[in-house]
Amino acid sequence: MATAYTPGLVVTERTVVRKTRRLPLKGDVLVAVGDCVEPDTVVARTELPGPLTTVRVAEKLGLEPQELRPAMLKREGEQVASGGLLARTKSFFGLFTSACESPVSGVLEYVSEVTGNVGVRHPARPVEVLAYLHGEIEEVLEGDGAVVRADAAYVQGIFGVGGERQGALACVAASADATVSGDALSAVHAGKIVVCGGLVTADVLAAAARVGVAGVVGGGILDADLTQLLGYEIGLAITGNENLPFTLIVTEGFGEIPMATRTFDLLRSLEGQRASISGATQIRAGVLRPEVIVPRAAAPADDDAAARGQTTQLVEGALLRLIREPYFGRLATVTALPPELQEVESGARVRVLQARLTSGEEVTVPRANVELIEG
Amino acid sequence: MQPATILATDCGSTTTKAILIQRQGDEYRLAARGEAPTTVETPFDDVTLGVLNAVREVEDLTGLRLATEDGLVLREDSGDGADLYVSTSSAGGGLQMTVAGVVSAMTAESASRAALGAGAIVMDVIAVDDGRREHERIERIRHMRPDMILLSGGTDGGTITHVVETAELLLAADPKPRLGSGYRLPVVYAGNRDARAEVEKILSQSMDLRVVDNIRPTLELENLGPAREAIHELFLEHVMQQAPGYSKLTGWTSADIMPTPQAVGMMVQTVAQQRGIDVLAVDIGGATTDVFTMFGGQFHRTVSANLGMSYSICNVLAEAGTDNVLRWLPFPLDRDELRNRLRNKMIRPTTIPQTIQDLLVEQALAREALRLALEHHRSLAVGLKGIQQERTIGDALSQAGTGQTVVSMRNLGLLIGSGGVLSHAPQRAQSALMLLDAFQPEGVTELAVDSIFMMPQLGVLAQVVPEASVQVFERDCLIPLGTCLAPVGQGKPGDTVAEVRVARSGAPEQTVTLQFGELVRRDLPQGATARLTVTPERRFDCGAGFGKELDTEVVGGVVGLLLDARGRPLVRATDPSERQRQAAKWLGALGLPTGEGD
Repeated sequence: MATAYTPGLVVTERTVVRKTRRLPLKGDVLVAVGDCVEPDTVVARTELPGPLTTVRVAEKLGLEPQELRPAMLKREGEQVASGGLLARTKSFFGLFTSACESPVSGVLEYVSEVTGNVGVRHPARPVEVLAYLHGEIEEVLEGDGAVVRADAAYVQGIFGVGGERQGALACVAASADATVSGDALSAVHAGKIVVCGGLVTADVLAAAARVGVAGVVGGGILDADLTQLLGYEIGLAITGNENLPFTLIVTEGFGEIPMATRTFDLLRSLEGQRASISGATQIRAGVLRPEVIVPRAAAPADDDAAARGQTTQLVEGALLRLIREPYFGRLATVTALPPELQEVESGARVRVLQARLTSGEEVTVPRANVELIEG
Repeated sequence: MQPATILATDCGSTTTKAILIQRQGDEYRLAARGEAPTTVETPFDDVTLGVLNAVREVEDLTGLRLATEDGLVLREDSGDGADLYVSTSSAGGGLQMTVAGVVSAMTAESASRAALGAGAIVMDVIAVDDGRREHERIERIRHMRPDMILLSGGTDGGTITHVVETAELLLAADPKPRLGSGYRLPVVYAGNRDARAEVEKILSQSMDLRVVDNIRPTLELENLGPAREAIHELFLEHVMQQAPGYSKLTGWTSADIMPTPQAVGMMVQTVAQQRGIDVLAVDIGGATTDVFTMFGGQFHRTVSANLGMSYSICNVLAEAGTDNVLRWLPFPLDRDELRNRLRNKMIRPTTIPQTIQDLLVEQALAREALRLALEHHRSLAVGLKGIQQERTIGDALSQAGTGQTVVSMRNLGLLIGSGGVLSHAPQRAQSALMLLDAFQPEGVTELAVDSIFMMPQLGVLAQVVPEASVQVFERDCLIPLGTCLAPVGQGKPGDTVAEVRVARSGAPEQTVTLQFGELVRRDLPQGATARLTVTPERRFDCGAGFGKELDTEVVGGVVGLLLDARGRPLVRATDPSERQRQAAKWLGALGLPTGEGD
């Protein structure tokens, strides 16, 4: 295939971020093109049909299903209140009555003479979609939502857990490869997004929960610590809905890996600024990576090319991250791109590239095992 | 007139594969293949772009002009293009269904089989006795967002109440289709005919209801055909039309687009019927593993939706357990290191092993994924449950219940492996060993791999030009690995299991005394046959019975003849170091590297 390498994660100090904020069902869009929005601005609202509660009326009244309809006090389409009577029967010359109340408020949707059940639809539930970013409405999707545009610094991580959150960035590591301890976090970090350097340890995760940070960003995490944080083992990389006190983003992967210096330097340079983050990761079907977005003042017109972000090509001199054993996590520069297939140690014949590690060592690796560092 | 040039594509979740088949003299052969990333997702949102890219690779290789900017060219008078174009698809996650019935082991199970046979992934099975409370079922149905629902329940003339209650449950859940919000969710009703009117009354307003014959008209009879046809029609009418670019692709094809697994199933059935043997085929992908079997004329297919080698790799780890993965490695590896490595594969699924140790880790995991997929298949590929059986005096002591699995490794004639880890293993013997370890075939079994996973395209082609499909399958698709002889029985290491005489024309007869715990390979090239005379010890059965001599002809392959005396079930040492030595010994027996300085 033409693209045998993995496109890299985007790490850039200036780009244009567009986020489509969409309702799960058709509804009302509350913003107009050009509106300035904050992360908590409601951009669209709808009402989800309420759930349907089945009431076993015939069973409760001791009736056969086909005897139900004459006993009904409400008809399909009528409102019923919680505790209100749905049906009543009289027996023994009217001396004894039995009644069935609705357990919920709503609208009577059906009466079944086969099962003897009736269905009461609960009132609709409002659902709102927030802007998530500080930015401007670029497009309105009629009845669906809107596209929010922001000029921003943008960092993609490789894996995350936890949903959308906001907070000021706070760097707690001295360097990209530092492993900080939980003591580095204190009350001043409450509500902030803390940037650790390399490994995010269990100690830091525990401190983050205790202090009440909004997010943790680091280079790597151990599988065992992630499992402990979640309380279960992740089988599929589809995340973002975990019920966690903070959002976690790792930029490099699993294991003791330093954060890429470029990523660390960028995040450190943004210290104190408000960021929107999301841990949502989906590797399958429409790749979604976790992200840190820091909206900034719009770029001057002549800076627009830079603002679009540049996609690096796999050419000699390109900067890479090696993403598989035996060089996992190492950075390198491409020195040659031989076109013919070559046999690697595993015995597979694959397309390879030659690269120079930061240590100066020359290595040959499959092109599938490198990630471009993009920006 | 027979077509001279046939173009076929398979639009997979990640890759679109094109093959070109040409008539060469009296036979059809594979002429070229190409592939390109599938373009059903944003930012492309048009599956035909990937198809055209894959076809362009074929054009580059053959010099033929098969496509223009406007689409594929079907040959008329110009000499360009193909005579026929067919396609399968599993892009966008394939066909995802929820099925519902009254009793889990009866109508709900039949509904699952109908959906699986139609090429669907069954996301959930709803039944009155599934152990969940009503609100839990409703939540689950809502959460799933299937492409389609199959509702069954009750034999004809049987329960109406429970069927109608299940319809009420669907109404309450009000599930939304996965793709597109502007159309009603298709529902196939294939239950008790006496409940049709009530089901229609409940569901026809809010869902696109299609009513077909009952899949279980009586307890003793399963009638899956009408439901499968309805699923296929709705797949084409609704699901395909919602998927980006499919309406355009439908206009290009010479026959209906078929879900990929359905096409593979067709191929497996064709092979089993033509050769008169029982067949098991497995396709292990990045996200899912499909198992197809044809035993005793019965076809079964299962999808293990979360067993795969990249996206789902950590789910295999979670289901199998770390120790079960480690047991296949011939070297020590720290548990945490293994887990971190597999997590890194999960988040960067397109990477490939560079070192032998890394390769062996992936192949260890593949064994577990295959083993779990077979377990899953065994549990679903069963006879009808709850039916009356006539028993003779002889059966009285066996007490075999209904609903026994039809999968018998003893009867298996041909085991076909496909999917990256099997089709693209650096050495074919590695594929053979993965198949042996995971499936543990018994007696005499042929092994093969699908060279480039052409079975989907050939399956759909079998509907149009069966001759071309079968010829290309046998000549270009399957790579015979050879034949395995695996005596059933247990012993102690070093015990004699059997004496095996191998006679080939033009070669001296060989005699092998098989000892318990060993794996032996003998050359038997592709296309060659040999006469095998096996005299087992009385505790072992090679297919003719315990201690009984077996005389049979076996075929060769790129790996050759494999004599597997490791016991059935396969016996593993309990001590980790001893287990590593055992794994190294078996790899060494096939001349494979062990990652320890070789």
